[in-house]
Amino acid sequence: MPPDARAPGRFAAGRPASAGPDPGDPGSPAATPPPAAAAEAAGALCPASEVELAELVAAAAGPLRVIGGGTRGMAPAAGRTLTTAALAGVVLYEPAALTLVVRAGTPVGEVERRLAAEGQRLPFEPMDHRGLLGTRGTPTMGGVAAANVSGPRRILAGAARDAMLGVRFVDGNGRVIANGGRVMKNVTGYDLVRLVAGSRGGLGILTEIAFKVLPAPETQAVLRLAGLDDTRAVAAMAAALASPWEVSGAAHLPAGRDGGAVTLLRLEGFAGAVAGRAGRLAAALAGFGRAEVESDPARVAATWAAVRDVAAFHGREGDVWRLSVRPSAAAALVARAEAAGTLYDWGGGLVWLLMPEGTDLRARLGPVPGHATLVRAAAATRARLATLHPEPPAVAALAAGLRARFDPRAILGGGGS
Amino acid sequence: MEMPRPDGGLIARRDRIVAALRAVLPADAVIDDPAETRAYECDGLTAYRCAPLAVVLPRSTAEVAAALALCHAEGVPVVPRGTGTSLAGGALPTADSVVLGVGRMTAVLEIDTVDRIVRVETGRTNLAVSAAVEEAGFFYAPDPSSQLACAIAGNIGMNSGGAHCLKYGVTTNNLLGLTMVLMDGTVIELGGAHFDAAGLDLMGVVCGSEGQLGVVTEAVLRILPRPEGARPVLIAFASPEAAGACVADIIRAGVLPVAIEFMDRPCIRACEAHARAGYPDCEALLIVEVEGDEAEIAHQLGLIERIARRHAPVLVRESASAEESARIWLGRKSAFGAMGRIGDYICLDGTIPVSELPRVLAAIAALSARYGHSVANVFHAGDGNMHPLILFDANDPASLAGAEALGAEILRLCVAVGGCLTGEHGVGVEKRDLMAVQFSPDDLEAQMRVKDVFDPRWLLNPAKVFPLAASEGRRAA
Repeated sequence: MPPDARAPGRFAAGRPASAGPDPGDPGSPAATPPPAAAAEAAGALCPASEVELAELVAAAAGPLRVIGGGTRGMAPAAGRTLTTAALAGVVLYEPAALTLVVRAGTPVGEVERRLAAEGQRLPFEPMDHRGLLGTRGTPTMGGVAAANVSGPRRILAGAARDAMLGVRFVDGNGRVIANGGRVMKNVTGYDLVRLVAGSRGGLGILTEIAFKVLPAPETQAVLRLAGLDDTRAVAAMAAALASPWEVSGAAHLPAGRDGGAVTLLRLEGFAGAVAGRAGRLAAALAGFGRAEVESDPARVAATWAAVRDVAAFHGREGDVWRLSVRPSAAAALVARAEAAGTLYDWGGGLVWLLMPEGTDLRARLGPVPGHATLVRAAAATRARLATLHPEPPAVAALAAGLRARFDPRAILGGGGS
Repeated sequence: MEMPRPDGGLIARRDRIVAALRAVLPADAVIDDPAETRAYECDGLTAYRCAPLAVVLPRSTAEVAAALALCHAEGVPVVPRGTGTSLAGGALPTADSVVLGVGRMTAVLEIDTVDRIVRVETGRTNLAVSAAVEEAGFFYAPDPSSQLACAIAGNIGMNSGGAHCLKYGVTTNNLLGLTMVLMDGTVIELGGAHFDAAGLDLMGVVCGSEGQLGVVTEAVLRILPRPEGARPVLIAFASPEAAGACVADIIRAGVLPVAIEFMDRPCIRACEAHARAGYPDCEALLIVEVEGDEAEIAHQLGLIERIARRHAPVLVRESASAEESARIWLGRKSAFGAMGRIGDYICLDGTIPVSELPRVLAAIAALSARYGHSVANVFHAGDGNMHPLILFDANDPASLAGAEALGAEILRLCVAVGGCLTGEHGVGVEKRDLMAVQFSPDDLEAQMRVKDVFDPRWLLNPAKVFPLAASEGRRAA
């Protein structure tokens, strides 16, 4: 059972005996994951239970630098490091209910393996930031939730925030708060799940998260269109996404140092359906050129892992920016940016830009129908330009008001770095 | 159910408040004739009624802002209203409140099939949103049963679901942006036609906040290409356990139907008598619908039927025509109306983990016998959202009280097995006093903090969602 007395009956109640013993339960010392031991050895606070975490936060005299695996570059620069690595383990997994409840420090890889063994997966295909940011460590589910990390499948299956059914977290006062639950439809009270998703730890420290999971498809295929300019590529992606064939990935890599432009469209599902849909989609897009169909599973998986993790920018110098914009506006924004590297995902709704160090991209672009996040840059640049896009004053005031109430002592870093 | 005692001072100032509203709004946008305000005394939860001080029906975001700024200055509580179809009393007024209805704001402001969005004023009905994009080959996915009548404003307020959310999600998963007016008249925009928030996801907490954080006047909604086709199969079982096990096996097999609906014997009999859908007389009935082209549908239904046959079904009937599909759905969609012909009923809305289905159905049957009220069950089996219908006699106050007590017990049961009080209808006044069953005082405090930020004086729909005792200090402030 969870070490925290309040957990049973509030999230994982009704757990059937058939769920079996939980191999990740930190109740057994042998299951304690190695990252926690390493963190503790390095002097980080490493609470082993939600109760202990709440006590640490309540007693904290100054700012905390809260991390899961510390791979996503969102922790504040200053403060005493506190890791959720020891709050690990699968609390409940019911494949027939498409439900997974994990503690925040559970490694993403462990979850993905556990789901794959049952023919299921996380719907939102979370990115691994390590290659892009040059970080090390073990990505955790808490980090995924706190940063709302969502990969190419976001356009079909929703973002991490859409798959999150419930959360437990410790706010800046050291109070344990539960919201949502483990069921798919739940409108009981305010939806703090969505508020905490993507809050970058600024409202509280996640301890437990319930996710909706989905069946993994029998087959995947990719259609490749070559040589499209950005405007035509966005149009091709929009046409594909407006088709009834459930395109689950739509990315575009413009011509550059890695070769000619390539536009990628992914189909997933039962084998017969994918083959049929690939043919119909290729025919529907004939006006954009001849589509080449790739269905080798390893190659398809590698292609989308590269899109998901922005592999095109790995090992390259410069600042990395992430634009979340109205898809139809993307190509014109990219033209204004004059970037050293560009990758379109989400049919143009997500654009990764590699910019010369210190560039004020927001000033260069002017008004953006969406927002621009500075994902990777030197500390001085981050201090000068701010990580997150500035919000209109009335919206910023509401956000500041929420931060002040959930973290009145401002010890959680404000989620802004 | 109690409501707070109305503020006599406000009621005494009624004429002045109405005159001030008339000064900032067009003459026909303010209603204060008691014969007309009575039309706003309740919503779909008709057991509770109270006419408001006045009703305002603005035609623009600017008029909404003017009305709210004035009520803020006068300290008048405001009850936002879409089209008044709430089953939870979300739009129930108090005698000292102004009802602000967005029903006159129905315009389609923008349709963009490249970005796959539609921007509408929120008084537009759910079905009229789909209708606006139908010609372009798209639809708006959330489909509450009241979709012909309910407004997008209320859908956002309650984070409404529908029968098809196993595949497409609920309102929050299909809402990309909104324009809203805060209680002090400030107009803000959250989100847009892009896919995520720049900072905190404020739109995420506004959706489902039951009109307590602001009045949403415009919404940017995600639209989806219409599927090539859809077809249901009807599967009948001799026990609810077999039906529950069949649902679990379908999901385990990697099939994701667009809907899985469940009905028990009392509900099947009522529907059959009312709609003549051709349902067999059995203990449990599933309607499972899949989408795709003909070959894809045939493949998925084949898989589903093979799985169903492992659970000794009484009948498996795949729809062979559009007419037959319509007939299969007609029975399900007329369930509430069919039950209404048998008697008055309370419709519950708890959600349970799908794995708890057989156990919860057995427990409901036992409770039904103990309380002496018939209960019929119809629900979205794929996502565990149950709608037990408790029959009672509206002319007998003791019967209503008994039905409400039984309803509360069933909802407690839903929470006890790991579920929740409400899956898609909202808390409103109906489940307000049960909130402590699901939430600790700290959990409720965290939610009320959010309202403190958006509406510091607690003037917007103040007597809803939170138990009155929990919110008293804030409402009195």
